[in-house]
Amino acid sequence: MNFFRQCLILTSSFLISLLTFVGISNADGHKGFKLGVVTFLSGPAAEPFGVPAWNGGKLFIKLLNEGKAPAPYNKIGFGGMKITAIPIDESGGATKQVQEFRNLVQRDKVDAVLGYVSSGDCMAIPSVADELKALTVLYDCGTPRVFEDASYKYVFRTAAHAAMDNIAIAKYLIEKGHDISSIAGINQNYAWGKDSWKDFSVSVKKLSPSSEIKNELFPKIFSGQYGTEISALMNSKAKVVHSSLWGGDLQSFILQAKPRGLFKRTQVVFSAGDHVMPGLGNKYPEGVILGARGQYGMMAPDTALNKWFYKSYMDEYGVFPAQPPYRMVQGLMGLKMAIEKAMETNGGKKPNKDEIAAAFKGLEFDSPGGLVQMRLGDGHQAIQPHAIGKTAKDKDGNITVTDIVRYKASCVNPPNGIKAVDWINAGFPGADC
Amino acid sequence: MVDEILTIVLDGAIYASWLFIVALGLTFVFGVLKILNIAHGGIYALGAYSTATLVPIFYSLGMPEQLVILAMLVSALAVAIVITPIMERGILRRFYGQDEVLIVLVTYAIYLVLEDVQKLIWGMNSLYVSEPRELLGALEFGSLYYVGYDLALIGLAIFCGLFLWFVLNKTQSGKIVLAVIHNPEISGCMGVNINKVYLAAFFIGAFLAALAGSFTAPLISVQVGISVAVVIESFAVVIIGGLGSIPGAVIGALIIGMARAACVHKLPEAEIFIMYFCMAGMLIFKPKGLFQGAQARKI
Repeated sequence: MNFFRQCLILTSSFLISLLTFVGISNADGHKGFKLGVVTFLSGPAAEPFGVPAWNGGKLFIKLLNEGKAPAPYNKIGFGGMKITAIPIDESGGATKQVQEFRNLVQRDKVDAVLGYVSSGDCMAIPSVADELKALTVLYDCGTPRVFEDASYKYVFRTAAHAAMDNIAIAKYLIEKGHDISSIAGINQNYAWGKDSWKDFSVSVKKLSPSSEIKNELFPKIFSGQYGTEISALMNSKAKVVHSSLWGGDLQSFILQAKPRGLFKRTQVVFSAGDHVMPGLGNKYPEGVILGARGQYGMMAPDTALNKWFYKSYMDEYGVFPAQPPYRMVQGLMGLKMAIEKAMETNGGKKPNKDEIAAAFKGLEFDSPGGLVQMRLGDGHQAIQPHAIGKTAKDKDGNITVTDIVRYKASCVNPPNGIKAVDWINAGFPGADC
Repeated sequence: MVDEILTIVLDGAIYASWLFIVALGLTFVFGVLKILNIAHGGIYALGAYSTATLVPIFYSLGMPEQLVILAMLVSALAVAIVITPIMERGILRRFYGQDEVLIVLVTYAIYLVLEDVQKLIWGMNSLYVSEPRELLGALEFGSLYYVGYDLALIGLAIFCGLFLWFVLNKTQSGKIVLAVIHNPEISGCMGVNINKVYLAAFFIGAFLAALAGSFTAPLISVQVGISVAVVIESFAVVIIGGLGSIPGAVIGALIIGMARAACVHKLPEAEIFIMYFCMAGMLIFKPKGLFQGAQARKI
C-alpha cells in the first residue's frame, strides 16, 4: 500500500512539475512578438520588390533580436520581446490576400501584420484589418487613396504615398529648367499607375499651365511587351515622358526602349526607377530623371543610421539596397518605436493593439531614409523627405545618380486633411520648401 | 497620317509575329493530339531561361557574334528534346482518350510544376540577355527607329508558318500526320505508328513554344511569371482562328496584333479590352473560330 502511495505521490509530483513547466513555457512564449510579414515572394514583383524587401526585413529582425542595431533601435526585438516573423507570399491578388490576412490574424494569432507592395492589396486589406481589430502596418504601397478616402483605427502606413514622388519630379523638372511644354505618360492600368499619372500631370499643369498632355498610356500590369507603346510615345513627340512602371515591367520597358532611342529623343522620368538599377547595372540608360520613393539607395542621406544600414545590407547580400529593403526596415522601425512608446506608458508590459495603435498615431521616428512623421490621415499616414536625381556614368563607366535635389517632407506632401490632388490643384498651399 | 498608319502596321505585325510563333505550337499540338496544352506557356518560359543561360556562355567562349542566333536555336531545341519525352511519353500518354477537361487540368498541373522548376533552377532573380537584339542594328521608318531584331521576328514567324505548312502538305511524313489528325484509329489500322506521330507532333509544338521564348528573351527581363500573359494571349489567338488551324493562327495573331496596335495609337483606353473584345465577338458569332471547318459526324 505504501509502495502504491509513493508511486501516486511521485506521479502527481511529476505531472504537477510538467504542467508548471508547460505553463512557464507558455508564459515565455507570450513575451515574444509574432509578426506576419506579407510581400511578393513569387511572380514578377518578387525579384525587384518582394525579395529584396524581405531580405532587408529578415536582416533587420535578426539584428534586432540580437540587440545589434544602433540607438534608438538597440533594445532587443520589440521592447525586449524577440520577434518571430511569419512570411507570406503576396502574389495571387487582393481576394487571396484578404484570406491570407484572416489566416494570419485568426489562425496564426499574430500580434501585427506588416506588408503589402501592391496598391490593390492596400486598398483591400485595411477594412478587414479594422473589422478584425488587427494591427496592420502598410510598408510599401503607394496609392494616396488608402487614408484619403477612408480612415482606420488599426492601420498605419509608414512610408509616404505616391503623390510625393510625382510632385517632387514635377518640381525638379521646373527647377532644372527642363522643357515641359508637352508631356506623355506610360503607367500600369491599376490604382498605382493611374494615381501616379494623375498626380504628375496635374502637378505639371499647375506649375506650367501651358503644358500639353500628348499621350496617356495605361498598359496592363505585367504585360512585358511595350514595342507599340514605345512607338506611340515617340510619335507623340512629347518633351517629357513620365512612367511609374516598376519591377519586371520597368526592366522590360527599359530594355525595349533604349535601342529605339526613346531616352535620347525625350526626357524620360521614372517616379520609382531606382529599384531595377542593381539588376540592370550599366544597361540602365543615362540621363533619366528618377525618384526612389524616398531618400533611398544611391540618394540616401549621409547619416550614421543610413551608413549602418547600407553597410549591413551590402555585407550580407553583396549588393546595394534600393528602395524595397529601406521601406520594409522603415516599417519595422515605426512598429518598434510605437510598441516601445506604448510600453513606456503601461509599465513595461506587452502592450495590446489599442495601446500600440494609440502610440503609433502621430509618431515620429528616424530611419535610414530620414525623419518619418505620421502626419497625414489623422496620424496614420507617414510623410518623409524626398530626393530626385539624374542617371549618369561615373568615371569608371558605371551608372550612378547625380544632380540630386532633396525636398523637405512638408514641401512635397499635402497637409493633414487635404487630398493630394486637391492640394496640387490649389497650388500647393502651405508647402514649406 | 501615312507615318502613323505605317507605324500601326509595323507594330501590329511585330506583335502578331510573336503571338503567331507561340500560338502555332499550341494549335498544332491541339490539332494532332487533341490536347489544349496550358503547359505551353511553361515551355515558352523554359526557352527564354535556357537562352538567357546559354547566350552568356556562348559569348564567354569568344564565339563569333553572328552565330548567337544558332545558340538561341540550340537552347530552344534542347528544351524541346528534354521536355517532350517527360511530358508526352511520361505523363500525357496515360491520359489519351480521357475527358478533355481532365487533360486540361493535367496540363495545368504540369504548368505549375514548370513554374517551380524555373524557380528551382534559376531562382527568383531576373536574367538579361539583350545583346542579340543589337545584332541587326536599327532601321528608320518614317520618324521612328525600329530595332532590326524586332523586324526579323516577322521573317521568323513567316518561315515557321510556311515550313510547317510545307511539311504537312508536301511531304510524306506530313501527310501521315494529316491522316492521323483526320482519323487516328484508321491511320493506326493502316500501319501508321500513332505513338510516334504524337511524339513528333508534341516535339514540334514544344520546340515552337521554346523558340518563341528563346527569341523573346532579348526583349524582356527573364523572370518567374513571364508565361502567364503568353498562355492567355495565345489562347485568344487560337480561339479566334479556330483550334488546330494553322491559317487560323495566322489570322488570329494578325487580328489581335493589329487591333492592339491601332488601339494603343488611336484609342489607348481600349487597349486592355480589345483582345477580349475580339475573342468574345468570335465566341458569340463563330464559336469554333474562323477556320474551323465542318466536321464529319462519326457513327
